[in-house]
Amino acid sequence: MTKLTARNVNVFYGDAHALKQVNLDIRQNEVTALIGPSGCGKSTFLRCLNRMNDLIEACRVEGNICLDGEDIYDPAVDLVYLRARIGMVFQKPNPFPKSVYDNVAYGPKIHGLASSRAEMDDIVTSSLERAGLFEEVKDRLGAPATGLSGGQQQRLCIARAIAVCPEIILMDEPCSALDPIATARIEALIDELKQNFTIVIVTHSMQQAARVSQRTAFFHLGDLVEVGDTDTVFTKPVDPRTESYISGHIG
Amino acid sequence: MIDRQSSPSETILASLPRRRRAEARFRIYGIAAIGIALAFLILLISAIGTQGIGAISQTEIALDVTLDESVLGLSDARDRETLSKANYRAVIRAALGDVFPEAVSARRDRRALMKLVSVGAGFELRNLVLEDPGLVGGTMRVWVPADDEVDMLMKGATARDSGRFSDKQLGWLDQLEEEGRIRSAFNWRFFTSGDSREPELAGILGAIAGSFFALITCLVLSFPLGVMTAIYLEEFAPRNRWTDLIEININNLAAVPSIVFGLLGLAIFLGFMGLTRSAPLVGGMVLALMTLPTVIIATRASLRAVPPSIREAAIGLGASRMQAMLHHTLPLAMPGIMTGTIIGMAQALGESAPLIMIGMVAFIVDMPQGLLDPASALPVQIYIWADSPERAFAEKTAAAIIVLLAFLIIMNLTAVILRRRFERRW
Repeated sequence: MTKLTARNVNVFYGDAHALKQVNLDIRQNEVTALIGPSGCGKSTFLRCLNRMNDLIEACRVEGNICLDGEDIYDPAVDLVYLRARIGMVFQKPNPFPKSVYDNVAYGPKIHGLASSRAEMDDIVTSSLERAGLFEEVKDRLGAPATGLSGGQQQRLCIARAIAVCPEIILMDEPCSALDPIATARIEALIDELKQNFTIVIVTHSMQQAARVSQRTAFFHLGDLVEVGDTDTVFTKPVDPRTESYISGHIG
Repeated sequence: MIDRQSSPSETILASLPRRRRAEARFRIYGIAAIGIALAFLILLISAIGTQGIGAISQTEIALDVTLDESVLGLSDARDRETLSKANYRAVIRAALGDVFPEAVSARRDRRALMKLVSVGAGFELRNLVLEDPGLVGGTMRVWVPADDEVDMLMKGATARDSGRFSDKQLGWLDQLEEEGRIRSAFNWRFFTSGDSREPELAGILGAIAGSFFALITCLVLSFPLGVMTAIYLEEFAPRNRWTDLIEININNLAAVPSIVFGLLGLAIFLGFMGLTRSAPLVGGMVLALMTLPTVIIATRASLRAVPPSIREAAIGLGASRMQAMLHHTLPLAMPGIMTGTIIGMAQALGESAPLIMIGMVAFIVDMPQGLLDPASALPVQIYIWADSPERAFAEKTAAAIIVLLAFLIIMNLTAVILRRRFERRW
């Protein structure tokens, strides 16, 4: 089932044309990987999906992006509600300089998802458990989150995102600042999470895309060159640009 | 082929001594510059220190006063008003007469004798009696402040043969000293009283209170206004020609001479709005105008120093812009904002020109009790005293400068400590 559809999406940064006529469907409970060389527009596209690009003043988005058939760029759309439905995990782990507990509790708190302290405790515990972090931090929920290791911080950010119960989680190169062991843990986590969430992940690592995703979209110089099942894209790419990228000739 | 006389490495080697010399020279310049600055600082502080140290002590004269009802001019009534109107000077005169019986006969001698003690002696005696009316009728020994000229003489600031004292007066002082009736005591009056025409009675508490009230007003006005302005400009305002114009104006305002703000305050707060002259409220409002740009600039810089990733994290979770600002960015920027504000306050504390413009330069003896009482301020008090002809005011001036510097150092130190304490590495 298609969760998100992008039709004729064009993005401009001032005069620069960053994304050109992108058409892409993102299916529910699947991991979609966006790959491509630096500056190809994959992060830009990701940030269009929860309208984080709105924060950049010079940025202009054209075209249609629909979440469950509703245009998210409609003026009537409430950004707070949209971003509660589409969570985001960033490239660099960015926990708030607060306690582990407060980090996870922040989202539910501003959205009023917990009516009591006990309920909040439940949300925090289950989110940390689903992010595979609970066992490691259960004795120091009150400790500052910035004291965790990089991999733990990133899993905390994932726990923070899923605490709001979004439908989609956007991940912008979530492992680029992590070592291989932490990366493996996050990848395993992504695989588990897809049962409950729809995930879109931007990655520089083609192996990662091959390992975690069901569908892969290859971007190059602002164009969506090719999109298909991950196996097909990596084994039988249609476009010569895709082939030379995955075989290491460009990018 | 390029024709070279020597190989590149030889050229580099040859240039090394020159570069090392240049570096050594540069280091020496730096050390010399710091050395000169330090020397001047030490000179300044020691000059003020040696001058001001004298104000810590005050020469006092012991008198055995008899609080005789007839001398005081008291009838039977013992209420506060009668007591405060009694003639305490006569009691002092009588007590002096007891010590020097030979000087009582001639009117001129009596006058010369009375000049040795401060005119404030009578007031201090009155305060004693008002505190304990039972003293009336009794005899006691009190230490009263000596006149400022006597004080200067005792501290060695005036020579005996300066012509300020007659031989008779010098003789009397010698006798007082022999009898152990002269002492140098801690000058608590300097820290507990307001201004006075008499240097030996003048204190800085009134000025400190005036500065305090003005600074409180300044803080209450400039902190919230400045922080809100900065938040709006940083977070919500669109970047266009108008906000650019506002930004340039704010930066310019920070460099406007303070006297201009004083004139503005005079025209608007006093002239147009008709507020009270000489009031710390108006002084604080003028200082707030002056401090606002500093607070705005410091706040914007600290807000900008908070990594955008924190804000993005909050917004990515569905926080509104205001929630992201109030829950995350602002608290993280707070130490920087406070540091900037304290430095702004320290600037305001040292400012005299705008306060002079709105009349906080008046001679005010009474302690200001609130925002609307006429008051002076520390730097203005320094200005007033520095302008006074009496020699004894020189040391008061220096002492007041020390007090002002102490406050400034405390404030700046607090700012440094805050910055160190909450400094974050991301």
